Amino acid sequence: MIRSRGLAIAPVGVVALFLLIPVVAVLIAGIRPESLEILLESRTWRVVGFTTLQALLSTVVSVALALPATYALHRLRLRMRRLTLAVLTVPFVLPTVVVGLAFRALLPESLNGTLTAIILAHAFFNVGLVIRVVGGVWSRLDGRMQDAARTLGLSSFNVFRRVTLPYLRPAILASTALVAMFTFTSFGVIMVLGSPAQPTIEVEIYRRTTQILDISAAAGLALLQLVVVVVALIWSAALQRRTVMRMRQSSTPALPAISAVDRLCVYWTYLLALALALPVLALTLRSFRAGNQWSLQWYQQIAAPSGGTTRDIGAFSIVTTSLRYAVLATILAVVLGVLGAMAVQLATRRGVTLEATLLLPLGVSAVTIGFGLLLVSIRGPVDLRGWTFLVPLGQALVAAPLVMMLLLPILRSIDPRLRYVAATLGSPPLKAWWAVDGRLIGRATVGAAGLACAVSLGEFGATAFLARVDEPTIPLQIVRLLGRPGEANFGSATALAVVLLAITAVVLITTERGRTQW
Amino acid sequence: MVNGLEVIDLGVTYEGETLLSHLTVGVGDEIVALLGPSGSGKSTLLRCIAGVQQPDSGRITWNDTDLLAVPAHQRGIGLVFQDPLLFPHLSVGRNIAFGIKDSSRVTELLALIRLPGYADRKPETLSGGEAQRVALARALAPRPRMLLLDEPFGALDTDLRRTLTTEVRELLKSTHTPAIHVTHDEDEAHAIADRVVYLADLQRSSRS
Repeated sequence: MIRSRGLAIAPVGVVALFLLIPVVAVLIAGIRPESLEILLESRTWRVVGFTTLQALLSTVVSVALALPATYALHRLRLRMRRLTLAVLTVPFVLPTVVVGLAFRALLPESLNGTLTAIILAHAFFNVGLVIRVVGGVWSRLDGRMQDAARTLGLSSFNVFRRVTLPYLRPAILASTALVAMFTFTSFGVIMVLGSPAQPTIEVEIYRRTTQILDISAAAGLALLQLVVVVVALIWSAALQRRTVMRMRQSSTPALPAISAVDRLCVYWTYLLALALALPVLALTLRSFRAGNQWSLQWYQQIAAPSGGTTRDIGAFSIVTTSLRYAVLATILAVVLGVLGAMAVQLATRRGVTLEATLLLPLGVSAVTIGFGLLLVSIRGPVDLRGWTFLVPLGQALVAAPLVMMLLLPILRSIDPRLRYVAATLGSPPLKAWWAVDGRLIGRATVGAAGLACAVSLGEFGATAFLARVDEPTIPLQIVRLLGRPGEANFGSATALAVVLLAITAVVLITTERGRTQW
Repeated sequence: MVNGLEVIDLGVTYEGETLLSHLTVGVGDEIVALLGPSGSGKSTLLRCIAGVQQPDSGRITWNDTDLLAVPAHQRGIGLVFQDPLLFPHLSVGRNIAFGIKDSSRVTELLALIRLPGYADRKPETLSGGEAQRVALARALAPRPRMLLLDEPFGALDTDLRRTLTTEVRELLKSTHTPAIHVTHDEDEAHAIADRVVYLADLQRSSRS
């Protein structure tokens, strides 16, 4: 297998180069006395404290809301199961800025800028993640194990406590770590929903960079954030490995909900799905209300802004910019994601643990990616500020790890001997790869491309650092509008958010069709 | 000048463990059955000959020319595994046509393996025996100079094994394809092969 070694080095090199650029830039800029000074300020530790607090509370709420639904969706017979599961898991890919705005449209004004609003929005995003991670394990739990425990004299509650829970614990902990990581590095939601007086680390990095122009302090904060995330990621990876080892394939049929607890879980699941549909509904309704009546006023206003300042850009041009960036980002993200998945798979087959290094970008926040690329564009050998490809590059680096995560399990499930068969039938290495791996991951790649496109369209964290002022994307324009007072600006923001949601939906539905027809 | 395949002094180690050492064997225009207990390195030998694995020492030649420098896809040596390993995304016909440029031979090969009309079937609709026959046709399609069979009937039941053993021998003879057939079943080895060899006898170290 000497030949495949050469094939392995190329993707590892390319992927590492791209994905690690921002991280290395932050490391270089962060490890300097003038950057680390920020860690001595008491304000910094207040920010760290609030970031941690909101992340912990958001995580606990997300997991608590999700677990009963996970049980109902994966162990019980449920009507409209697919629809319910879709409603619960789709929020994860919705644009953060849009979700923040949707919660502002839904919640009473008194909750605006509060910790409660942030926690609710974070739960909205992450409930689906918990359901996916824990549900995958729960559905494989051999039901006979619980039957055995019951015949040994355990009550239902004790069966859950002594059999089910220990079995699920690694998966619950792993999903907890993931949610904690995502909420710790949350940016778009906090920018829209949070109070300026209570920033998180991400918001503070952004503020220092763009408003105070204190790059050194921002780099120090970014470094601090990176350290926290890496620790959380390693912890989560270790837990997930334990989960994988414990998994024993078995298919236990879904049971009808008999006990009172079962029925409660079922009601809870439907209630949760309804609750998750509310913010998007509220946002859509709000975008059609001006004054106290139904109106298309905000849509007319974003199509032809009448503010008169140079910062008012028509929706058509903003949408075009967003789409152009997203298409470029998707292509790059798919290439990087496929290469990355190949690299990890080849590396693990060789017994080398490259995985943590290559999965690191998944945990690296969008803000770190944006800030890192900004550092490269300012301090790098060539001045790249305002370069057209900077924004798509940032978005691609945010989306590529997702593509990788989707493709890796499929690549791993391919029998390596299929490649030998192709080789002995006369296919040169690259052709053999395309004929076997390429064709087999093709379908998943279409789906991953749709996801990458949706993520790029709604991307805010990295884009905020990299986009030119005169070429905003939809999420940037939404935040810009929200930064100005008045009903007109808020109304325009809701209309733009609905436009973004519609485009995202079209992308996801189209690729889903393409995926099933592949 | 030696006619056909020659393996000379072959040695393979994997993670510090010796799988094959000083193995020498020659195969001419014949079917050779290779016998040995499981885990004795039979598959490793076939992989080395096919070119999907590189030995640590020794030589492999065809008509006195070096094969080790030739990558697997240019060696013209077919390999059939214990599992059929049909490409799941291709039809039976396109599986068979995988290694050849024009697919006109597919019908002929399907007739040869007694599965006429199967060209458009999906691999997952085949029984174990049918799938293994298709795998065989796929390996024979590019007219390999030699076919390596790695316990191809290992996953099948006894009756089917017996039928397929006769069929495969006829198939190899009618297409004039020399072959190495690996198995741990003595009866099967004698039924299919012109000559039966024991892996242990081919290695110098195990004889001493």
